[in-house]
Amino acid sequence: MLARRIIPCLDVRDGKVVKGVKFRNHEIIGDIVPLAEHYASIGADELVFYDITASSDDRVVDKSWVNRIAEVIDIPFCVAGGIKSVEDAGRILEMGADKVSVNSPALSDPSLITRLHDTFGQQCVVVGIDSFFDENSGTYQVHQFTGDEARTQKTRWQTADWVKEVQQRGAGEIVLNCMNQDGVRQGYDIAQLSAIRQSCKVPLIASGGAGAIEHFIDVFQQADVDGALAASVFHKAIINMDELKAALHKAGIAIRSGA
Amino acid sequence: MELVIVNTGCANIASVRFAIERLGYAVQVSDDAAVIKDADKVFLPGVGSAGAAMSQIQAKGLDKILPFLTQPVLGICLGMQLQTAFSEEGDVPCLGMIPTRVNKLQVGNLRLPHMGWNQIRVTQNHALFDGIANDSYFYFVHGFAAPVSDVTLASCDYGQAFSASIGKDNFMGVQFHPERSGTNGARLLRNFIEQC
Repeated sequence: MLARRIIPCLDVRDGKVVKGVKFRNHEIIGDIVPLAEHYASIGADELVFYDITASSDDRVVDKSWVNRIAEVIDIPFCVAGGIKSVEDAGRILEMGADKVSVNSPALSDPSLITRLHDTFGQQCVVVGIDSFFDENSGTYQVHQFTGDEARTQKTRWQTADWVKEVQQRGAGEIVLNCMNQDGVRQGYDIAQLSAIRQSCKVPLIASGGAGAIEHFIDVFQQADVDGALAASVFHKAIINMDELKAALHKAGIAIRSGA
Repeated sequence: MELVIVNTGCANIASVRFAIERLGYAVQVSDDAAVIKDADKVFLPGVGSAGAAMSQIQAKGLDKILPFLTQPVLGICLGMQLQTAFSEEGDVPCLGMIPTRVNKLQVGNLRLPHMGWNQIRVTQNHALFDGIANDSYFYFVHGFAAPVSDVTLASCDYGQAFSASIGKDNFMGVQFHPERSGTNGARLLRNFIEQC
């Protein structure tokens, strides 16, 4: 049985792993390579590295850490942030990343998704979506440049429409980050994820809100997502990976045990 | 022992190389026919589409030597598929070392690509799977697969049964990514290097 995936996310800024609350106030958690090794050894199913400075700073970012990660870990990993072209993606994949994730640059130029698909294949192309629930309008809206408070902006896309668009363009996986929930550990946005699941025919990864083991059980059982991404609960050792996987297994959710 | 990864121009070459190096072996990446022919063991990696990969292989003239190698060859993911006779992905003839073909996975309402950790069942007693138990998890990423047949070494289920591994004579292939499959994957790569 295909297992659901537990995916620690490491936000990277200037070569260090950081974590902020609601995308803000980043604090340094530690060095990338030892943290990557640690998560692989405790049974993470996959890792995501988000270079959160990249898209918003509009600069060339040193990605040599991708190579150092690929050398030491034996589980799949995805690199996100600052990938604006087929060439950028090619360099990351050549350094040993399994997938690249595009977010803001794909909103600026949706054809990037098509070109990544045509060059590297669907399996390499992840699209990250930062979705914000606007209480006034009652709609989910896609935001762009969320790595930088000064530049964060609402786009013209409603989330469900963008999800359809990126699939048509060849996305192989979608990471849906529910911004209202991010970093506050009150649970995943089950309502939004369930709604998006209906129109998402590729693997869907939940992001934003994990705070307790029950949140993972809920999101797999109620929103039928393929993977659950989380950061602070792992970085701050609020949740133990073995206990999490044992609880998921006990709840009847297909999950990989061991490393 | 001379280990060579065929430089197919595909994207997962670095991760395959690192996985072999983690086992303590040196390995070179090459598209030189003489180097490949002289190797003790050959790895044929690949990700992306079958058509694009076959074009690369033909452009390098490797379609003239790969089918005639006599040492153990391990195809990985698309590399496995390229060893079959034909891929439905782009309707391309492949290298034809293993008598089967590759079709689109028929998974009903399940998601494609088949991406993540899934369990295998070993169907033939083969050195490649020495010490690897049934229901072990390996990491898969693919939308096309070879059916279960008499060249199947291990099978997997995702909407349908398909070959997780195939083999004939000196040619072996795995649909999953051993270089990204934790300790099980490392064991399989070690088995290939030391026992096949």
